Amino acid sequence: MYAGNLKPGAIPVQTEAPVAMEERVQPLAGIAISTGGAADAVAATQPKIVVRNLNTYYGAKQALKGVSLEAPAHRVTALIGPSGCGKSTFLRTLNRMNDTIPGFRMEGQVLLDQEDIYAPNVDAVALRRRVGMVFQRPNPFPRSIYDNVAFGPRLHGLRKKADLDEVVEWSLRAANLWDEVKDRLRESAFSLSGGQQQRLCIARALAVQPEVLLMDEPASALDPTSTSRIEDLITYLKHDYTIVIVTHNMQQAARISDLTAFFLNGELIEAGPTSEIFTRPKEKRTEEYITGRFG
Amino acid sequence: MSRPLAVEQESAGRAPYPRPLPPPETGWRRWKDRLMIGLTGLAFLLALVPLAHILGYTLWRGLPTLNWDFFTQLPAPVGEPGGGIVQALVGTLLIVAMATAMGVPVGLLAGIYLAEFGRGRFATWLGFLSDVLTGIPSITVGIFAYTLIVVPMQTFSAFSGAVALAILMVPTVTRTTADMLRLVPVEMRDGALALGAPLWYAVLSVEMRQALPGIVTGIMLAVARVSGETAPLLFTAFGANVLVWNVFRPMATMTLQIFQYSISPWPTQQQLAWGAALVLIVLVLALNLGARALAKYMSRYNAGR
Repeated sequence: MYAGNLKPGAIPVQTEAPVAMEERVQPLAGIAISTGGAADAVAATQPKIVVRNLNTYYGAKQALKGVSLEAPAHRVTALIGPSGCGKSTFLRTLNRMNDTIPGFRMEGQVLLDQEDIYAPNVDAVALRRRVGMVFQRPNPFPRSIYDNVAFGPRLHGLRKKADLDEVVEWSLRAANLWDEVKDRLRESAFSLSGGQQQRLCIARALAVQPEVLLMDEPASALDPTSTSRIEDLITYLKHDYTIVIVTHNMQQAARISDLTAFFLNGELIEAGPTSEIFTRPKEKRTEEYITGRFG
Repeated sequence: MSRPLAVEQESAGRAPYPRPLPPPETGWRRWKDRLMIGLTGLAFLLALVPLAHILGYTLWRGLPTLNWDFFTQLPAPVGEPGGGIVQALVGTLLIVAMATAMGVPVGLLAGIYLAEFGRGRFATWLGFLSDVLTGIPSITVGIFAYTLIVVPMQTFSAFSGAVALAILMVPTVTRTTADMLRLVPVEMRDGALALGAPLWYAVLSVEMRQALPGIVTGIMLAVARVSGETAPLLFTAFGANVLVWNVFRPMATMTLQIFQYSISPWPTQQQLAWGAALVLIVLVLALNLGARALAKYMSRYNAGR
């Protein structure tokens, strides 16, 4: 239904039915990933992001302790764990959003396509264009729906109206929001519902053609219907992007992710194919957490 | 996840509630409620009385003076009826416009610095200093402008008056800009940064937009305040009885004219002072309403509207 490289030039013709419904992984029952076991599927792709021995500090407080993790390309990697365990810190290390926090310090290596993103010659601003981010609460800008999506392309030098129109439509279609907003592109982004706002934020992130999409509990502030639409969207987007998602919702991690990493008190306890983490975790603490015995 | 309902299990062995609360008051509490609501209403009325009185009395005394000549003619020779204050009207508009053009950019940038970029002791001190400046007596600022500009240039001038007023505007604009920017959710800025925007761009194109209505209100308060200033203009703009367009010459303003005429022994001049007071009030009011409408239009996409 949707294949190949997403480029603004070729707007995919969208079918009437919501995208990716048939691809949707069923909760828990359908955990095993279709292509002959998750482990094979994971091994088959190149790691997009490699993190080696990452330590981070906020002032004197250590947030992450020696975390090493790989996120393969075109897969969804879920980060789970109780509040305050360092998931979000880890996520924000991947696009250097923590740089803006006074007192933040990091040690270790974060590689994107084998390149150290914390190397002195790397520009964090340019990096964030390649590594998009979707936040916990929808955060549209105080602008029209159109201008929200066009914000990134304009920022990066796209000026012609025809070009912008094309990119905006493409991004809204990719975020599965086009049909709902195409007649009200000039209205305020805040006139949309929470779920629509979050999809708008995803469209806004896609409009700058990132390679990686980081999502920090993107559905935690949404109702179940909106949540399921976001989940569908994630499953659909992973064909073209590498996705790393923080979630508090274990079922969500099981439904949408290919890999799961369990964090506890700033340490990475266990990581592996989602099916294995959820059915036969190696660590006792992982098992206790996913069965709801703490956290 | 599913857990045993702890509450029900534990409640069986729980100790009795240690201190029975007294029964609810009914009559007296209701009276207290009414009394407090009445007091707040009374305070509100009390605050309105002088305002309504000033407006009403100025209208009553000033309105008869207003006619076409008032806005187009220079003052008549002393003691003669008629004449206008066109030179003061032009002077106030010119001087306040110049002060706004000088003071607002400085205040805006300083506010942005304090809210977004300033870190550490230097920024703390700068914020503190700015707050202290908000309360500085305006006549001292007039003296400052006199020493800085009037003395070296050896002439009173509209320009020196505008500088004095600009200095008075800066701390107010700085404070409101910083406060309004700090109210913008940090997620908005992060959203722009995550798209690869540099910090300055995120501040100018996203945060400023959300904060704009509050900032415009702050600027308008500052403009309104300096439009009514007299003391700092006494030895800067000085005043004039002729129409002056050269900003490096002494120039009349509404406030200076009101000051001069209201202590004059001539009834015709006292009349002009009332008219000028009314025009000044209406001017500031119109400016305020216009700016609010503008801010409302510019923030039509904002959150929380």
